[in-house]
Amino acid sequence: MSALIRFRFNGAEIAAQPGQTVAAALLAAGVRTLGRNPVDGRPTGMFCAMGICQECVVVIDGRRVEACRVVARAGIDVRAG
Amino acid sequence: MTGTYDVIVLGAGPAGASAAIEADRLGLRVLVVDEQEDAGGQFWRMPGPKAARAHAEPDGNDLRARLRASGVTSSFGRRAWFIEPGFRISMIGPDGIEEGTASALILATGAQERHIPVPGWTLPGVFGLAAATVLLKAQGVLPGRRVTVAGVGPLLFLVATAVLKAGGEVAAIVDVNSRRDWLGHSRGLLSRPDLALRGASWLAQVRARRVPVLTRHAVRRILGTNTVEAVEAGPVDAAWTPIRGGARRIECDALCIGFGLIPLTDASRLLGASHRFDPTLGGWVVDVDRDQKTSVQRLYACGDGAGILGAAAAPLRGRIAVLAAARDLGRLPTSSFEVQARPLRAALSRSAHFGAAMTALSAPRPGLTNLISPETTVCRCESVRRAELDAAIAEGAVTINDLKSATRCGMGPCGGKICEEAAAMLIAERTGSAREHIGTATARPPLRPIALDPLLGEFNYDALPIPDLAPL
Repeated sequence: MSALIRFRFNGAEIAAQPGQTVAAALLAAGVRTLGRNPVDGRPTGMFCAMGICQECVVVIDGRRVEACRVVARAGIDVRAG
Repeated sequence: MTGTYDVIVLGAGPAGASAAIEADRLGLRVLVVDEQEDAGGQFWRMPGPKAARAHAEPDGNDLRARLRASGVTSSFGRRAWFIEPGFRISMIGPDGIEEGTASALILATGAQERHIPVPGWTLPGVFGLAAATVLLKAQGVLPGRRVTVAGVGPLLFLVATAVLKAGGEVAAIVDVNSRRDWLGHSRGLLSRPDLALRGASWLAQVRARRVPVLTRHAVRRILGTNTVEAVEAGPVDAAWTPIRGGARRIECDALCIGFGLIPLTDASRLLGASHRFDPTLGGWVVDVDRDQKTSVQRLYACGDGAGILGAAAAPLRGRIAVLAAARDLGRLPTSSFEVQARPLRAALSRSAHFGAAMTALSAPRPGLTNLISPETTVCRCESVRRAELDAAIAEGAVTINDLKSATRCGMGPCGGKICEEAAAMLIAERTGSAREHIGTATARPPLRPIALDPLLGEFNYDALPIPDLAPL
């Protein structure tokens, strides 16, 4: 088993397998709500897992990106979108 | 990578990567672009974590090895966001903006899933069926511990089997088709006995684990506050309209649901190629001839983006497209083209037969729109409910563009990719209009959302020459 990669989501530590996306690591850690819809405030989470639906957009180190398209790197700061 | 090529291939799935390898074999300078980190597309996706590699499709591994061994220039991790005629592709990647130009362009943009909004479908814990294949096969993650798998087509059984294999539980498979619908396509399925056998093995695994399979059923509601807690499924008739009564509650913590695949056509629409609505190919599809040529000169389309025929047909269409491009660029004599294309076409007709049977099995039926209640959010980005769409249609919206301007449906960051199909089905249901008249949203750049700062680069606003104001 290769060493896990650790990053933060809203301040909490999350472990990812090397090569895993931020969205997949969060799902494996039991985190399903990744943000809030800007119009009605409902919780949003990963839906299409291929960069189309924009439901899993989070803020990684200050930039808005789809969590399903970004491979987790050690020490990144991920915030709910 | 910025540069000039003979051919650019957009998309490195089974069709695009095969096209690129073939182009290299023919001695063409070729660039292949994909937003993923490696070739394989969605179906033969390169697994990320090592733990997931055991689930990788062997065909995908073979494709990636052949691509690496070739002289193809691969631009992975690049999102193509604009294409100009002639052709110039604008991309954004890890190193900022890049541009590729080529005299021929081969689109191999693949497919996306068709979604039918049912009450509760915006809850976290609801995933597309295609999403579930990515999570299970490429990411080594279960969508939930106890998963309901619902919708239509072969992905139902592929996903259910993958959940079981990964150690999860399948609460139920909810299939709008009947057993008779599946048997009705057995001739098409048997055109590729290898693939039919694979499907039979999925079915056997599901049976061995005593997973309840509800045929001619649909999920009517998804229950839960912050995530999925249960789903309610009930019977549907032959048009897939829910039948009163017979609803049952299925306890689960995740739902994977999808209603077939639709070709991604935004790139070919942006370039002004002619399209038609063909339900046997998944819906709106770019017109191609038997050489995979579109109506635009030196623009070719292949793979599921040119009609859903499946991963077995895709590499063959990709190679035919490149042979045609080489011929049209004067790099392959017509006689050689004919000799080389003939065996590909013969193999294609067998694989296409199989893919077409799967697509026909998944073709949406009109009753599906009855699953969308008035309060259900259809456009997730802009939170537009069905009742608002119905009202706009009643007031005269007859095309997707009408509905978009009237309600903002499809105007959010996904660009309407998730809701457009359902919105078009609603217009069809309410007005009786054919999909040809309802149309699609006008394709506009960016093809996918992009951040603006890489486009601006080192731009310095203070350096802008501002002339002195004229005296009053």
